[in-house]
Amino acid sequence: MTALRHILAVLLLALALISAPAFEARADDDAADPFAGLTSQSFDDVAQALTALAVSGNKQAGPTVTALQNEALFVTPDMALLIKTDDSYVNARTGEKVADVNEDDLSPVRVNNAVRAAIEAAKGGLDLVSTDVAARAHAAEQLFASHDAAALPLLATALIAEKDAGVRAIMLQAQAAALLSSDTGTEAEQLAAIATLRARGDIESKALLGSLHDKSPAVAAAAAAAISSLNQLEQIWGVAQGVFYGVSLGSVLLLAAAGLAITFGVMGVINMAHGEMVMLGAYTTYTVQSVIASVAPQWAGLSILLSVPLAFLVSGLVGVLIERCMIRFLYGRPLETLLATWGLSLVLQQAIRSIFGSSNRDVLTPAWMAGATRLGGLTITYNRLYIIIFAVIVIAALMAVLRYTALGLRMRAVTQNRRMAAAMGIRTPWIDALTFGLGSGVAGMAGVALSQIDNVSPNLGQSYIIDSFMVVVFGGVGNLWGTVVSAMTLGIVNKFLEPFAGAVLGKIVVLVALILFIQRKPRGMFPLKGRAVEQ
Amino acid sequence: MAASCSTSTRPSFARWLRGTALAVATTALTLGAFAPAQAADTIKVGILHSLSGTMAISETTLKDVMLMLIEQQNKKGGLLGKKLEAVVVDPASNWPLFAEKAKELINVDHVAAVFGCWTSVSRKSVLPVFKETNNILFYPVQYEGEESEKNVFYTGAAPNQQAIPAVDYLMSKDGGSVKRWVLAGTDYVYPRTTNKILEAYLKAKGVAADDIMINYTPFGHSDWQNIVADIKKFGSAGKKTAVVSTINGDANVPFYKELGNQGIKATDIPVVAFSVGEEELAGIDTKPLVGHLAAWNYFESVKSPINTAFINEWHEFTKKPKRTTNDPMEAAYIGFNMWIKAVQKAGTTDQTKVIDAMIGVAVPNLTGGLSTMMPNHHITKPVLIGEVKADGQFNVVWSTPGTVVANEWSPYLEGSKDLIADWRAPMSCGNFNVKSGKCGGSASN
Amino acid sequence: MSRVSTSICILLVLGIAIGMAALNLGTDAGSAAHVSTYWISLVGKYLCFAILALALDLVWGFAGILSLGHAAFFALGGYAMGMYLMRQIGTRGVYGNAILPDFMVFLNYKELPWFWHGFDNPAFAILMAMLVPAVLALIFGFFAFRSRVTGVYLSIITQALTFALLLAFFRNDMGFGGNNGLTDFKDMFGYSLQSDATRSGLLVASAIFLVLCLLVARYVVTSRFGQVLIAVRDTESRTRFLGYRPESYKLFVFVLSAIMAGIGGALYVPQVGIINPGEFAPAGSIEAVIWVAVGGRGTLVGAILGAILVNAGKTYLTGAFPEIWLFALGALFILVTLLLPQGVLGLLQSMRGAKS
Repeated sequence: MTALRHILAVLLLALALISAPAFEARADDDAADPFAGLTSQSFDDVAQALTALAVSGNKQAGPTVTALQNEALFVTPDMALLIKTDDSYVNARTGEKVADVNEDDLSPVRVNNAVRAAIEAAKGGLDLVSTDVAARAHAAEQLFASHDAAALPLLATALIAEKDAGVRAIMLQAQAAALLSSDTGTEAEQLAAIATLRARGDIESKALLGSLHDKSPAVAAAAAAAISSLNQLEQIWGVAQGVFYGVSLGSVLLLAAAGLAITFGVMGVINMAHGEMVMLGAYTTYTVQSVIASVAPQWAGLSILLSVPLAFLVSGLVGVLIERCMIRFLYGRPLETLLATWGLSLVLQQAIRSIFGSSNRDVLTPAWMAGATRLGGLTITYNRLYIIIFAVIVIAALMAVLRYTALGLRMRAVTQNRRMAAAMGIRTPWIDALTFGLGSGVAGMAGVALSQIDNVSPNLGQSYIIDSFMVVVFGGVGNLWGTVVSAMTLGIVNKFLEPFAGAVLGKIVVLVALILFIQRKPRGMFPLKGRAVEQ
Repeated sequence: MAASCSTSTRPSFARWLRGTALAVATTALTLGAFAPAQAADTIKVGILHSLSGTMAISETTLKDVMLMLIEQQNKKGGLLGKKLEAVVVDPASNWPLFAEKAKELINVDHVAAVFGCWTSVSRKSVLPVFKETNNILFYPVQYEGEESEKNVFYTGAAPNQQAIPAVDYLMSKDGGSVKRWVLAGTDYVYPRTTNKILEAYLKAKGVAADDIMINYTPFGHSDWQNIVADIKKFGSAGKKTAVVSTINGDANVPFYKELGNQGIKATDIPVVAFSVGEEELAGIDTKPLVGHLAAWNYFESVKSPINTAFINEWHEFTKKPKRTTNDPMEAAYIGFNMWIKAVQKAGTTDQTKVIDAMIGVAVPNLTGGLSTMMPNHHITKPVLIGEVKADGQFNVVWSTPGTVVANEWSPYLEGSKDLIADWRAPMSCGNFNVKSGKCGGSASN
Repeated sequence: MSRVSTSICILLVLGIAIGMAALNLGTDAGSAAHVSTYWISLVGKYLCFAILALALDLVWGFAGILSLGHAAFFALGGYAMGMYLMRQIGTRGVYGNAILPDFMVFLNYKELPWFWHGFDNPAFAILMAMLVPAVLALIFGFFAFRSRVTGVYLSIITQALTFALLLAFFRNDMGFGGNNGLTDFKDMFGYSLQSDATRSGLLVASAIFLVLCLLVARYVVTSRFGQVLIAVRDTESRTRFLGYRPESYKLFVFVLSAIMAGIGGALYVPQVGIINPGEFAPAGSIEAVIWVAVGGRGTLVGAILGAILVNAGKTYLTGAFPEIWLFALGALFILVTLLLPQGVLGLLQSMRGAKS
């Protein structure tokens, strides 16, 4: 709350600055030292001083606020404020260079959330009249959040000048919010404001509408009607939001299981090291990011894109290696591949732990994948959205490879009738190796996606292996479409159960339902037909 | 390669086959293999931290820091004229294995003391072993309290040394005058107990039941979409809201990523965590998390000569100039130094004497003060609250003026409010009931 | 051959257990022949794992049911015993509550949940240690086998079963102590669990139950019933066409196996001193499968051998090479599968065959 008041103070004074240039001169003459509060040990004092400084018109205000934001503002024992620059120190009050600074004497001006909010307000306060549309929109949103009646004249002035329709809308909403939370305005104006908020319809609007019991009967009734209509809308959007959560969880499950649908579903290898292929993909992402950060930091935001093919290659090559060195000796003994690959998964986990250490690695989220957007009543987080898109691309590509390429044709031939395929001149051993490599490579790409939402640790694979098997089995072994439907079903069911049953019980219910489902359809939703099934 | 491997594994098969067949003979053999000939010339110290499995993420560091401390002590001339020897085992995040390995350290390696455990369940698992063998365990992690054992020294924080000061800070003006609380935790004993204590505490401070939301999630929970959305909704009711997180280890990264993506900034809804330190932050992109809080008794960013020296030694020892330090490391450091001092005071590593000598031992902590072992086998600690910085470190925004004594039995819990622990004679009791005036917990017996 | 190895196995198991118990109780702690209690409970633990492995081999080796959730039955047996041991603590818990275990006191339980009643009676607890796994196996098996869920599908749903139980037992609201599980046991049937005599007694009891389970399992698989079972394993449809009902055979042996696993769990808990949801972890069940594979599937004795070998290896490696032991264990699994398809027992037998 205090932060919002700071914003307001800044805004009001900023407006005054624009309308009255004389103000600047007067501020310069101000006897009080606007910097004094910054040397205080109390966060609250610093925050208030900052707000005052920002509107003092002092030329050094800007650099000082920026320095504080960058944690480059220091206090000397004799209460001088210094800004640390690249190679030297500058006096914050005068902007002059300071020689002979004893760094041991300096203590930084401390920042906490309260001060940070004041910094944001100070920097953003002028933005309502900024030339940048986004900045103005942001400032208007801040005012909407504060819904303080004192902002009404300010908004009225800004609205006259505002040309951008989007920003105007937000300003009007802010005006409505401010109007309703005060006793100003006629009943008609208040009713109009309720309509504006009802149209906006987010949580904050609803909270504000819910606080209007003590208004006139007509206004209170309109607010109640608005709330009930918003509640209905919210329920509808709630279902849509649930579907989004479910599809997003489903995409994660799908990505994790897609590789397994090849190695296990198509080839019949019970690959317990599948999770470790995912983990290798995630660590590839980390490595690529580290290399790019040291070689070409300007491309850091794109390192994740480069990671996708590299993760495919790394996991894929490891997959080919595993097939050539281990699994090919175990065809016809499917359950024994379970044991060997379990051993392999232990080795791979320990190898990663020895190389990268046992703690989590941080994979950065590029700016274009961070944050969220609103779509009607939906909150769509970008990283989840990109993962959904990524899952669609991966599955489409995988299906295309299997259906339209020579390699895919041979893969299908070998899995359907190995001896006949061999008789036709297909080098079945290589096809086996490439199929396993393809499945592992897809798992590696899943690792790139998972690195964006989960821990990059040696245990990463372990946390997905059981879910992956469930997805493939539920969908029907050997059927990629089955895997897709199964992942989405599990994701959505899980997410709709969660609000009622809680995260844990929800998952238990899904598992029990899965067990029961397998009783009804012992070979999953989309079983393969024909004699091959019996083998 | 396969052939050479198989020939090298077969002899070990054979050895183990014989081993089971002639168990008694093997006992002697294995003892010989485990214990070097100069066993009598060293004092052995057991290190019982998971190096594989789910807890390896956290515990490996503590193993490393113990090795460093032992090496340093040996450079200083060892202890009682003998060198210290570390015996490292891997209980592999498997709780029954913790008990087995503890027995192995004590019965087979004859260690003088054990430094280890992270989770409460691992401590509970080894507890009977330490009681039975009368050995010493140093437990370096913040935990739920509700325990005081003769053979265990708790150098991590009890809830009143971490959780309650954090809540106090958030309720203060500097902390943002929080009025509405989300208590989010992983479903296990530490969050359950901590949240029970906090709930009682908040209600005692006048917070309405409607303004407290409690949520539990399973271990390793990775899909936080709904819960974060719920938190956002809960926080938009017009009152300043904060989240108190007792979310454990693995689940934190996806939780914070979701927070960042749904745009919950620390200036809107701050999250204060009790299980997230520098080590955990090293695995997260911290830029969207700036301003979220953690409450600990130590932060790497604390400026003190002793901390600077410690960090330098740590970097030198691990040969990784960026490796972070964290609170449980400090707890391990304090525990180790306390043990050294107690052994020197007792003049022997004999456990009974060392246990008696421990109480009252004071050693410097890394924040520049002294920590003292109290009669309840917990230590005094300062409480610090830090905000996450963009570089993954913490900026200390609040700290207690002095150190805080641990409430091993919480006054906010029904079952424990009448209990105290005092291991000095004549009381010598971990659960003395002040109402009944008897040792043994209940007021009725 | 099989009869010989079974006899050798029985003699070894009983001989070692009784011998170790005698050396533990009959000699002074200082003497060279003394076996410390560490080894007593360690070997006791191996024998409990061997019971689990034996139970698993019975269904996997002879009925073709690869259960990836068998540790669930083991853990349920363990919980039943744990609940009895918990009730025996009485007022010696930290809160001194005569009725409620400690974890219930600090979670503010006012009274004992209904399913905890009766567990203060040892006979009831032992009965439950067998009955609960048996009932679960009966229900699960009845539906699964009737619906002809086989092969990998069956394996995966057994894994789903144990995973669901894992999550359920982790919940503190379940009333089983959540993640911490049940621990800090004091005594059993009136004997202190900390005393050497009780430990040695438990070791010998584990050995006796292992031998009994082995004899029962051997009786089952060598009987006419067992022949049908093997037929079911090898070609289920053909057996069905011959007029047998494979599901009944499978169900019987699955329930029997679950009871054995439950007994193993019940003996395991007092010896390791803790039971917690970690025992339900799917990884634990997979490991049990590996013990059987290492020893030799479908041999019963091999399962026992495998369980003891792998666990002894784990004990040794986690102590001797704590940083890299997973490499060794992983490599062992890979090499055993690649080089010893018949397991260690198969290797021993072929070595003997080569000599003679």
